[in-house]
Amino acid sequence: MSTSLRPVPRAPDADLSPELLIRIHNLMVQARVLEERLIAMYKQGDGYFWIGGPGEEAFNVPLGLLIQKGQGPQFDYCHFHYRQSATLLAMGADPADSLRQMKNTATDPYSGGRNFSNHYSKREWNVCPISSVIEVQYSMCIGTGIAQKRAGGRGITIVTGGDAGTAEGDFASCLVWSSRPANPLPILIIVTNNKWGISTASQGQHGEKRVSDRGKAFGIESRTIDGNDPEVCYREIAAAMEYIRTERKPFLLEAMVSRLYGHSSASGANAVPDEADCIKGFEKKLEERKLLTRQQMDEVRQKYMQELQEAHKKIRQEPQPKGDTIYQHVFSDRDLVRGG
Amino acid sequence: MSNMVQAIRMALHVAEERHDLTDVFGEDVGPPLGGAFTATQGIKCAWNSPLDERGIVGASIGLGLAGCRNVAEIQFCDYAYNTIDLLKVAGMQTWCSNGDWNVPMTVMTPVGSGIRGSIYHSHSFDSTATHIPGFKIAMPSTPKDAYGLLLSCIVDPNPCFFLVPKALLRVRNQPGEEIPGEPGDDKALSKMIDAPLGDRSKWQPRWPDTPDMFIPFGEGRTVRRGRDLTVVSYGRTLPLCTKAAEELAEEGIEAEVIDLRSLYPYDWERIRESARRTRRALFVNEETEITNFGEHLLRRTVEELFYELEAPPRLLAGAFVPGIGLADNLEMASVPQLPSIRDTIRKLAREQP
Repeated sequence: MSTSLRPVPRAPDADLSPELLIRIHNLMVQARVLEERLIAMYKQGDGYFWIGGPGEEAFNVPLGLLIQKGQGPQFDYCHFHYRQSATLLAMGADPADSLRQMKNTATDPYSGGRNFSNHYSKREWNVCPISSVIEVQYSMCIGTGIAQKRAGGRGITIVTGGDAGTAEGDFASCLVWSSRPANPLPILIIVTNNKWGISTASQGQHGEKRVSDRGKAFGIESRTIDGNDPEVCYREIAAAMEYIRTERKPFLLEAMVSRLYGHSSASGANAVPDEADCIKGFEKKLEERKLLTRQQMDEVRQKYMQELQEAHKKIRQEPQPKGDTIYQHVFSDRDLVRGG
Repeated sequence: MSNMVQAIRMALHVAEERHDLTDVFGEDVGPPLGGAFTATQGIKCAWNSPLDERGIVGASIGLGLAGCRNVAEIQFCDYAYNTIDLLKVAGMQTWCSNGDWNVPMTVMTPVGSGIRGSIYHSHSFDSTATHIPGFKIAMPSTPKDAYGLLLSCIVDPNPCFFLVPKALLRVRNQPGEEIPGEPGDDKALSKMIDAPLGDRSKWQPRWPDTPDMFIPFGEGRTVRRGRDLTVVSYGRTLPLCTKAAEELAEEGIEAEVIDLRSLYPYDWERIRESARRTRRALFVNEETEITNFGEHLLRRTVEELFYELEAPPRLLAGAFVPGIGLADNLEMASVPQLPSIRDTIRKLAREQP
């Protein structure tokens, strides 16, 4: 059984530093503005499809800040889903590159115009290609987890999916394989629970009270947290990661989040008024604590809106991939992942 | 001389010793069984997985993404069908990342009929595999080819299928087709690398010193030269085609037989050169006949060689039925056997406008 040799460290109660809170806020706003720009691009005909993560910034920004980014098993492997622009920005990605993928330009560094918006891939940071299929990452993460367990060190595998995707068998595969008594794996298994699967409410489909309860049957340390509070998220993710980095065992973390613009452009990509907005809640706290004024926060938003508007104009002029490139990269000539 | 199972084992041993093979895994792959067909006995990096094909393929992709050369076994290809979208994902990692990632991984799985495996142990997988771009696909019909093709799969930086015709797993190398370094005496080899019955906990294999041998993808083998027609096959039906050709030589029909060995990429130059010379072509495999890989080869033959042919090219394949029935007569009627292959070759060789 994967019972801990020592207890999971409790998330510390201590306040995060003002500098860190301001940085988190800054990234959350940048990510929200990016998603709003991507939606605008879609609505203006500068993209065929939008899907993204407005409403998940309070969880995704702390996650991105805590990831040990780099290439190879000593760094964290990331098996993300398509709602994690905020994670990528917190890791240091250029938001303009997200616009390039939306516009499917040849300059899109993630797929060269081949994949949907927010389908990132960046080997330099161990960000594995994101698939539109909502469950395969829960199976694929097993392999990087095995490689990291064998390699030793503090590198961990991080996998993220939504609550609806946990109905797929791959989620069960992840729970079974990561907790095998023969070889428990250092995997942070994340479920961002927005309570929806496209247009279907989870309450009619899922009888389990919490998704995290499923981890308990496998002896996996499991927790459900408020994914709309970035301070809670930062502390809980940090504690879970430290447990995994040192114990080399899995941890299941369910974050309750909002879905502020629906599933995707397929459902209109319009603002949903009755869901909690994590940025509004966080800004109220920052104002109360006198860490930022309303005016300062408005200026942050204005700055990013301006930057992305200008980037959008520029990217509109960038070239599309040529049709005769479709046969490129069907196969790899070199073994890039082995350093060949 | 080795049989195909032993040749696979020797290739895995060479790969784990010299080519950074880190994991051979799947259901019952590790000790004590060493594989349902014993193909992984004695391999140090072989381990048992949960009974979960999606987990097996997913883990294989993840290991590949982490740079670990691995062989993932699906115990029977019949059980790979619930992994199709993961196989699609494996095949597209390089393409969808615009060349940023590659996935070194090999999916090894026994295929086809021949052991009275009934409905869920007799499927073929060549048509499904060739519908998944991004994979290289090998399918041997001799132990020596199994050895050389499996090593090529393991060191390739891309996802590979290694399809093993289960009917040929106990077939031995022909004289002159030995793997260099293997003992000529069957019993001597068996004593060295076959796990004993009973308690195996203290058993250690003694591996013969066999060399690196890489049979390139896309390189078929002309098994038999002939002037009257070209027969292209692979896997279980290949030796049947060769035998039929030898028997028909007594009737004055000289069939050329090509073992494709690699289904993607495939040796079109060899097929084209042969078919242009013989002016007749037959494609034989045991996959169900509708949207069959042989149909692709046949279509290309028609499109490129139509005016040079003397008869319509033919496909002899499995019946389009949901499964292969257990009873002897049912299996024999479902997939090509020696008589039907012989009859089809004879008919095509003698066909006149």
